[in-house]
Amino acid sequence: MSCEVKVSKEFESKVDETITHYPVSKRSASLPLLHLWQEEFGYVSNQGVEWIAAKLDLQPINVYELVTFYPMFREQPAGKIQFRVCRTLSCALAGGYELFDHLKKNCKIEGDGHHGPAVSPEGKYSIEFVECLASCGTGPVLMVNDDFYEQVSNDKANELVKKYG
Amino acid sequence: MSCACKNPFNHDLATENTPMVNVQIDGEWVQVPKGMNIVAAAERFSKFIPHYCYHPKLSVVGNCRMCLVEMGTPKMDANRQPILAADGKPEIGWMPRPQIGCATQVSEGMGIRTNSPLVQECRKGVMEFLLINHPLDCPICDQAGECKLQEYSFEHGQSNSRFIEEKVTKPKNVDIGERIVLDDERCIMCSRCIRFSKEFAQDDVLGFTQRGSHTTLAVYPGKRLDNNYSLNTVDICPVGALTSKDFRFKMRVWFLKETKSICTGCSTGCNVLIGSRESEVHRLTPRENEEVNSLWMCDQGRLGFHEIHDENRLTTPLIHGVKSDWNTAITQLAHQLQGFKPEQIAIIASARMTNEELFLLSGLRKALGGESILCDIISRTGVADGILRSADLNPNTHGAQLLGIANSGKLEEIRSGVTKGSIQALLIFNETPGEAGISLESLKKTALVVNLGMRLNGLAHYNLPSSSFAEKRGTMINGKGRLQRLNRALSAPGQSRDDWEIIRDLKAAVGGGNGIHTVEEAFKAMANVVPAFKDLTIHKVGDLGIDLTLSNSLV
Repeated sequence: MSCEVKVSKEFESKVDETITHYPVSKRSASLPLLHLWQEEFGYVSNQGVEWIAAKLDLQPINVYELVTFYPMFREQPAGKIQFRVCRTLSCALAGGYELFDHLKKNCKIEGDGHHGPAVSPEGKYSIEFVECLASCGTGPVLMVNDDFYEQVSNDKANELVKKYG
Repeated sequence: MSCACKNPFNHDLATENTPMVNVQIDGEWVQVPKGMNIVAAAERFSKFIPHYCYHPKLSVVGNCRMCLVEMGTPKMDANRQPILAADGKPEIGWMPRPQIGCATQVSEGMGIRTNSPLVQECRKGVMEFLLINHPLDCPICDQAGECKLQEYSFEHGQSNSRFIEEKVTKPKNVDIGERIVLDDERCIMCSRCIRFSKEFAQDDVLGFTQRGSHTTLAVYPGKRLDNNYSLNTVDICPVGALTSKDFRFKMRVWFLKETKSICTGCSTGCNVLIGSRESEVHRLTPRENEEVNSLWMCDQGRLGFHEIHDENRLTTPLIHGVKSDWNTAITQLAHQLQGFKPEQIAIIASARMTNEELFLLSGLRKALGGESILCDIISRTGVADGILRSADLNPNTHGAQLLGIANSGKLEEIRSGVTKGSIQALLIFNETPGEAGISLESLKKTALVVNLGMRLNGLAHYNLPSSSFAEKRGTMINGKGRLQRLNRALSAPGQSRDDWEIIRDLKAAVGGGNGIHTVEEAFKAMANVVPAFKDLTIHKVGDLGIDLTLSNSLV
C-alpha cells in the first residue's frame, strides 16, 4: 500500500533544526515533524510515523495516536489537486454540500470524504470536507490546494477543475 | 513501606517519615499521610470511592471521572490562620463543584465528602455516559461477575436508559497479542492497560487512536501486545475489553473457588489465587503481596498450570508398568530398597518440592543409609528479567539447600555412578532422568528405578503418582528467603497422593513410622530440628509469608 521513501539529507537537517526548538521535551516536536513529513511526502505513512518516533525517542504508537486524532494528517496519499470544501453552518446553508457533490461527480470521485479525503481512481483529484475557512459571508467557499475561493457556484467549480487540471 | 517489586507508582503506600495531616472524611476527623490522593486516603478508613482509571500502581490520568468527591479547605481569617468551629476543628469552605479524588492530594484541614447527594448524582451521571456505548453483552462476557461497570451500575447506576440513539460500533474480537483478545466496544477508555504496558512492562505498544467519539484502543500496526506481563492488563481492565485467550469462554467467574497459594514457576514465588471449580483449575491470578509481587505476575507463571490436567498424567501406581495399589507398591519398594547398600542408592530430588516433602525425604535418606546416599536436585537457570522473573527457575532452592537435599556437585557424581553402574537404585522425585542428564542406556542398566511424579517414566520399575502444586499444602522459601505457603485448591486425580504422604509411608515401611499424619505435623517436626524454622508453624506463615532473613538464621 504505502511504499518506502528515501529521506533526504536536507529534510533530515530541517527536522533536526525543528527539534532544537523544543529543548525541554523533544516529544513536543511531534506535531511540527508530522507537518514537515506530510509537506514533504504528501501523507504520513507508517514509515513516517516510525521515522519520527525514532527521531524523538518515542514509540510509534505515541506518534500514531496524533496522526489518527488530527484530521489534517492523512495516512493515504491525497490527489494531485485537492479540494477542501467548507461544511460549517454558513457554507452549509449557502450550498456547500451541493458544491461538494457536484465536484465529486465532476471529478469521478467515489467515497464520502467525511473522514479524510476521497480520491478519484486515477489519483488526480481528491476532495474532503473541512470546518470553517473563516469567510462565512461569502459561502460556499473552498480551497484548491493552497488557494482560497469564495462564492463558488457549480459553474465556477467547473472552471476551477479546468484551471487546475 | 516499600515494595519488593518495582512499581512505577505506589499511591496507596506512604513513604516512611511522611508527616500526617488532619483530614475530615464524611464528617469524621482522621489522620492520613500528607500528599496521599483522596481515593487511597479514604480507603484507609473503609470509605470506598468508586473508580475506573485510577490504579494505585500506575500514573494518575483522571479521565474516567468516576471518583468525583466534594472537597473543601479550611476557611482562613485575615491573618491566614484557619477559622476554628465550636468543636475546635477548622471550619471548612466547601468547593461548589466536585473534584476527582484520584488526582487530589490531601492537605491539612481538608474536608472530603465521599457520599453526599452531589457525589451520588455525579456517579449516576458518569455511569449513564459510560453505558451509552457499552454493548451490554454481559451474559456472554468473561468479565461478568468481576466487572466494575456491572458493580458500579448496581450501586450507582439507574435502572432505565434514556438513550435512544445508535451506539457507536467499534472493532470486536481483535487479536492484539499472543494471549490477549480485545473487544473495543466494551472498552471504557480508562487507559490502565496503556499505562501498565508503558510504565510497568516497559512495552509501549498500546494507545488510543481515532480519539473522539470513536476512540479506539489499539496496538500500533504490525506490533503486538506480547510481553511476558501482558495478561496483567486483563486483570486490571475494569471491564471485559481485554480478555485472556486461555480463559475466555471457559468458566463463569462466580463458579471459581479461589485458593490462596504461590506460583511455582520460578524462585520469585509470586502470590496467586488459584481459580478452580471442582477438579479443574481454570486460571491463576496474582494476589497482592507488596513484599513479593505487588499485584502482578508473569504470563509464563500464570499459564504454567496446564500440566496439572495433562491427559497423559500418571494417576495410578505402577510396578513394572502394571497397575498396582499403594500398599503393594510401598511395601514391595521398601523391601527392594533394603536390599541395596547405601552407596548403591542415589536420590534425585526436586527444588520444586515443598519443605515438608524435602524434610521427609531427608528422613527417608537417613533411614536408607544417610550421608552415603548421594542426593541432589536439578538446578534450572533462566534469565532474570529485572521485573518479577528470577534466574533461578526452581521455586524452593533455598529449602532444598537448607534441608540438605541440594548438595552441589553431587548430581554429577550420581550421573557418573549410574553410567558406571555403581549406583543400582535410583530414586527420582518430580524430575526426569533426561533433565538430570542420565542416558536411557545407563538407566536401563540400573537395577531399580523409582519415579515419583505426575508423569510416567517408561523405564522406571516403580511409578508413583504424586500431586501438583495446586493439589498440595506446604511451604517453600523463595529466592529472597521468604517462607511462603501453598494451599490445596483441588484433590489430586485418581490414586495420586500427596508427595509427603508417599515419602512418609515409604520411610515408615523402610525404617518405622514417625507419627506424622498431617502437613502441619511434618512442618512441626521440621521446625524442631531446622533452626531456620524455629518457633514457626504453617499457620504462622500466613497468607503473605515470613521473611526468614529477618528473624532466623537463613542467609
